[in-house]
Amino acid sequence: MTVVNSEECIVQTKQLYKAYNGLPVVNKLNLNIETGCFFGILGPNGAGKTTTLRMLIGHCPIDAGELTVLGLSMPENASLIRENIGVVPQMDNLDPDFTVQENLYVYGRFFGLSKTVLKQRIVELLEFASLQDKADCKIAELSGGMRRRLTLARALINKPKLLILDEPTTGLDPQARQAIWQKLRELKKQGLTLILTTHYMEEAERLCDRVMVMDHGLIMADAPPKQLIRDEIETHVLEVHAADDVLIGQLNKDGSIKRFEKSGDISFFYGDKLKHALDILEQGTHDDYLYRPANLEDVFIKLTGRDLRE
Amino acid sequence: MRVWGKLAGPSLIGNFGEPFLYLLVLGYGLGQFVGEVQGMSYMAFLASGVICTSAVNSASFEGMYSAYTRMDVQQTWLGMLSTPVSVSEVVFGEVLWAATKSLISVSAILVVATALGLIADAWALFILPIAFITGLCFASLALLVTSRAKSYDFFLYYTTLVITPMVLLSGVFFPIDSLPSMVQVLAKSLPLYHAISLVRPLMTGGEVTHIMLHLSVLVVFGLIAGLLASQRIQKRLIK
Repeated sequence: MTVVNSEECIVQTKQLYKAYNGLPVVNKLNLNIETGCFFGILGPNGAGKTTTLRMLIGHCPIDAGELTVLGLSMPENASLIRENIGVVPQMDNLDPDFTVQENLYVYGRFFGLSKTVLKQRIVELLEFASLQDKADCKIAELSGGMRRRLTLARALINKPKLLILDEPTTGLDPQARQAIWQKLRELKKQGLTLILTTHYMEEAERLCDRVMVMDHGLIMADAPPKQLIRDEIETHVLEVHAADDVLIGQLNKDGSIKRFEKSGDISFFYGDKLKHALDILEQGTHDDYLYRPANLEDVFIKLTGRDLRE
Repeated sequence: MRVWGKLAGPSLIGNFGEPFLYLLVLGYGLGQFVGEVQGMSYMAFLASGVICTSAVNSASFEGMYSAYTRMDVQQTWLGMLSTPVSVSEVVFGEVLWAATKSLISVSAILVVATALGLIADAWALFILPIAFITGLCFASLALLVTSRAKSYDFFLYYTTLVITPMVLLSGVFFPIDSLPSMVQVLAKSLPLYHAISLVRPLMTGGEVTHIMLHLSVLVVFGLIAGLLASQRIQKRLIK
């Protein structure tokens, strides 16, 4: 059992490695996540995000390297570590045979919490998840958003120090998503460390203190989202839809364009001002275009490419 | 640690209804032709077999279909494994719960059997622990099958190729002395025969022989299957 400055870093990995059928999924990952951080992991499907999370909770044997969570080494201390972790999985695994309250109760019992402690805790958590009125409902009667909130509440039953969320808002409507975001911010304020994977750049941009972009098991970038946008990409993007080659040729004469990409019938021009190109468009007849500041999605695409991952 | 047992009970009618029908229909129908078997009424003979079969079926069903649902479809086990609970604890809990179902369905049949006057004396109460042990054994075997299952269809192999032939050959419906000796050896190497050997005398007031042998067959089958199942499920979930 190795104890490494657990106070500063809640998660530490050294050359962490995992391969399936000889293909590395997590490739020599070196990562430190400081306590109190809201950490986001981005990456296309198959980038190694979920595998990384699963290793953190001991659901995935480590092929090589070291992993320390809460100052305890994995996998020897898996049970001990899980006592202080909350997990919101990608796929809801609430027990449909139980009511909302019973789901929380049973889950709490797995942590060895006593009935009296749980009674109190369940009241608090139902309030936190805004599910007070649904305490005695069966899971099937809940909407997708309610289920996610319940899963989140369930993950908090043991008062974890670290909360791990695997795509917590996938498939939710905007209202439900914002509700989850609000809860997560509340938790962050309470000093909890959160690790989240997501496919929604906006989500990572709004919530996370620090974002890591992963692809093929490697870290492509790791910085606060604002810094990523500042450092990794040009300031502005001009998207022109259905432009013909003549127009593209004209636009590309703008000296401030640093990068040009074409995907399907959309042309992307990256640069800082793009004034000349914008003038051409304003004077011309082609009005199907969008000029906007670069965002995290642009960074993501730049780092991981435009190819579809299946 | 195990609380869901309290709440997931309504499937019992199925567990209890079928053996009860077998007992009534075959007992009355066949009983008239058969008369006495091994010095007891055919109904009494059949009842002890049906009790054991019911223990086998309850535990097997729970260990296959219900457990598979929790493992694969609902991902309940992975949820539990996000707590300090370990795979072997999950498996052990499933085995206990499945055996509890055996115990419940056997208790229900025993009550009916008593009402029908098929129970000789209070020794029959010892059938309950035997039913539980039989449940443990077959639940472990079922979970071993489940650990390999890719879909529900897979369970048909086990029920058709193992459970059903075993029930037919282990002395549920007729004494196995009438079978060719090769088949007898096969039947005696399977756990159901040993469960019946314990239950039948307990129910009809006969003398129970070879207790340790019969018990240890059930326990050894259960232990080995349980350990293997736990190992396989660990490999399947933690990958």
